[in-house]
Amino acid sequence: MTATHAALPAAGGATLPAAGGAPRPPRPLLSRRGRGTTTWARRWEPRFYLVPAVVVLGGLLAYPLYQLVVVSLYDYRQANVSGSAPLRFIGLQNYARLLGDEAFWTVLGNTVVFAGACVVATLAVGGALALLATRLRPWSRTVLFLASLGAWATPAMTGSAVWLFLFDPTLGFVNQTLTAIGLDGFAGHSWTYDKWSAFALVGAEIVWCSFPFVMVTLYAGIIGVPTEIQEAARLDGASTWRIALSIVAPILRPVLAIVTIQSIIWDFKVFTQIYVMTGGGGIAGQNLVLNVYSYQQAFAASQYGLGSAVGVITTLLLMVVTLAYLRALRRQGEEL
Amino acid sequence: MRSRTAAVALAATITLAATAACAPAQSGGSAAADDVQDGTLRVWLFSEVTQDPKEQVVDEAVAEFEADHEGVEVEVEYIPVDARSERFTGAFNDPSSAPDVAEIGNTDLAGFVDAGGLMDVTDAIADWDEGADIDPAVLATTEIDGASYAVPWYIGVRALYYRTDVFDELGLQPPASLAELEETARTVRAARPELVGIATGGAAQFAFLPYIWAHGGEIARQDADGAWTGTLDSAEAREGVAAYARLLGDDICPAQTCAEWGGNASVQEFVAGNAAMTIGGDFNRRAVDESAVGDRYAVVPLPGVEEGSIAPAFGGGNHLAVLSSTERRTLATEFVQLLAGKRYQQAMFDAMGNIPVFTDVQADVAEQVPAIAPFVETLAAGTAFVPVTPAWSTVDAQGVLPTMVQTVATGAADVEMATADATAALDAAFGAQ
Repeated sequence: MTATHAALPAAGGATLPAAGGAPRPPRPLLSRRGRGTTTWARRWEPRFYLVPAVVVLGGLLAYPLYQLVVVSLYDYRQANVSGSAPLRFIGLQNYARLLGDEAFWTVLGNTVVFAGACVVATLAVGGALALLATRLRPWSRTVLFLASLGAWATPAMTGSAVWLFLFDPTLGFVNQTLTAIGLDGFAGHSWTYDKWSAFALVGAEIVWCSFPFVMVTLYAGIIGVPTEIQEAARLDGASTWRIALSIVAPILRPVLAIVTIQSIIWDFKVFTQIYVMTGGGGIAGQNLVLNVYSYQQAFAASQYGLGSAVGVITTLLLMVVTLAYLRALRRQGEEL
Repeated sequence: MRSRTAAVALAATITLAATAACAPAQSGGSAAADDVQDGTLRVWLFSEVTQDPKEQVVDEAVAEFEADHEGVEVEVEYIPVDARSERFTGAFNDPSSAPDVAEIGNTDLAGFVDAGGLMDVTDAIADWDEGADIDPAVLATTEIDGASYAVPWYIGVRALYYRTDVFDELGLQPPASLAELEETARTVRAARPELVGIATGGAAQFAFLPYIWAHGGEIARQDADGAWTGTLDSAEAREGVAAYARLLGDDICPAQTCAEWGGNASVQEFVAGNAAMTIGGDFNRRAVDESAVGDRYAVVPLPGVEEGSIAPAFGGGNHLAVLSSTERRTLATEFVQLLAGKRYQQAMFDAMGNIPVFTDVQADVAEQVPAIAPFVETLAAGTAFVPVTPAWSTVDAQGVLPTMVQTVATGAADVEMATADATAALDAAFGAQ
């Protein structure tokens, strides 16, 4: 929160920090550690308390990841799993095969563009509705929340199937409505035939089922912004736009960071929607994204080593994207 | 910072050491030594859209088997076809959860044998008095390196369904060659634009394969060492791809709608009355009979390139196999011989319409039920099959053939490029084994 205070003077004037929240207790200083004979204990005791968490995280997170990496270094097919063929350590060959495959790069490009668009659209829709929610009367806000919670609670499988029915070429509600209002070109129009039309359709479904999380989280963040600060800024003559940009946005930044990272991770790893709505990757595989690609190329085909290599690459990419994003935030002066 | 660097270095060292030391899990050899003569015999069969008739026949066989074998109980489980890959993978990895006998699709056989999951039943077929009557072409689909790993249970072949009312109205004859089929389909669509000339799809690979074979092409060829090479880029195969892709044009079956269709979706369109023709299997006959077009259709063998010839059909079908992890080898084999025997194949035909694998039973049922004559005729003309190699499951899962047809049909690539890409994908899959 320190950065918030630092950012405020720029917003409304030098008097603002006084209006801020309660004073915080001073942090223990690093230099205190260096004194006395109990240095070692002081230093290691807090770490000792972390052991249970490390054990749980290690078991649930590190070990599977480790297994993923190990499997990706082997020629590991069904025959090797069930013991009728010997295990063969092949080093980085699975990776070499992937990176040398033109289709992999196309799929990677698809994934990045598609996930990026989904993240932007989800944040835009969720953010706009969160702002709207702060302006609504309680009962209409409840209706909005209930409706979006419905979308949120719908299982991805069901949601995808329902959207597919809606956009069915002949029997779908959308095409029938469009035809009924005179747009005859939509009679029998297939929304999944064109690559980008299919991606747009799936993207719309993803935004539909993931904006509620963004909306609810941002709404909670917005109503958490202390009204005193906003009032003070208003007294100092700041416009609504200026308040939103210079006060609300900086305070919301940590929340925004979390929903953005969450969205990036979710949308990068999308599987169900693509698999169900485009019939496993679209016509001639035009709608494949990394996760579906890894399932189709590797796991459905029982080439677990190759599939694990795709998994490792996905994990690395996500870590890089997330770290880069966190760094960019930190550079703007925000500590998370 | 120094301690952090050291920690990272330590972690990296541990990881490297562990990676080098540990290997992914591998279950031990699964062949069981025992041959128990009583207890529970576990059987997996595929569940069907209409389950009851199949269950009745199977229950009858089970009752007969249990009556003949004291102390033996047969436990039948019906598993969904779509989930078979996961179920069988699980069974091979954990023999204690595996069945003794299982129904398998004939294209899965090579992969399952490679995984070490199926028992060699060559002797069981040779010693069996009914074994000699099995159609040799069908028996060949159970063989790898000269040994049989399953007993054929029934056959599925596809032929050409057409609407008699539409053909009569437009004065058309059932086509006698593939070129004529294309022309007929075009004529229908021109005269009746609400119908597609022939309902067939970019993902309907068993409707598409006869086009390759009829033009003299092959999916792949095996050399003397047993290695496979893709041959979809041969001139003959390319002709077949081009001819099939022409069906997915606006003047026959627009790619906009048809490119996505698989075999079932194509037949559904015919059943719904939206198509003048389709390439459907004998197993689709009931669904068509019960539909609105049930009294207005007929079936002929899918014609070949030459006038009056028959295109080689895909020899689809299912087998009964004994799993190599079974502890009741003799019982399992005897049960397979009973359920896949002539009597129960006839019963399965009466109940489900599945075509038997015995040549003499085939002739009998064709006489009893004239409607299956075109399918038996197709069988008699000779069928073809996908490469019998474990790599086929990879090719299948990667959708190599549908992708090839769809890229041509949608105009994303020409025939030369699409077939070259598909051949490269085939070779990659064959080479990975």
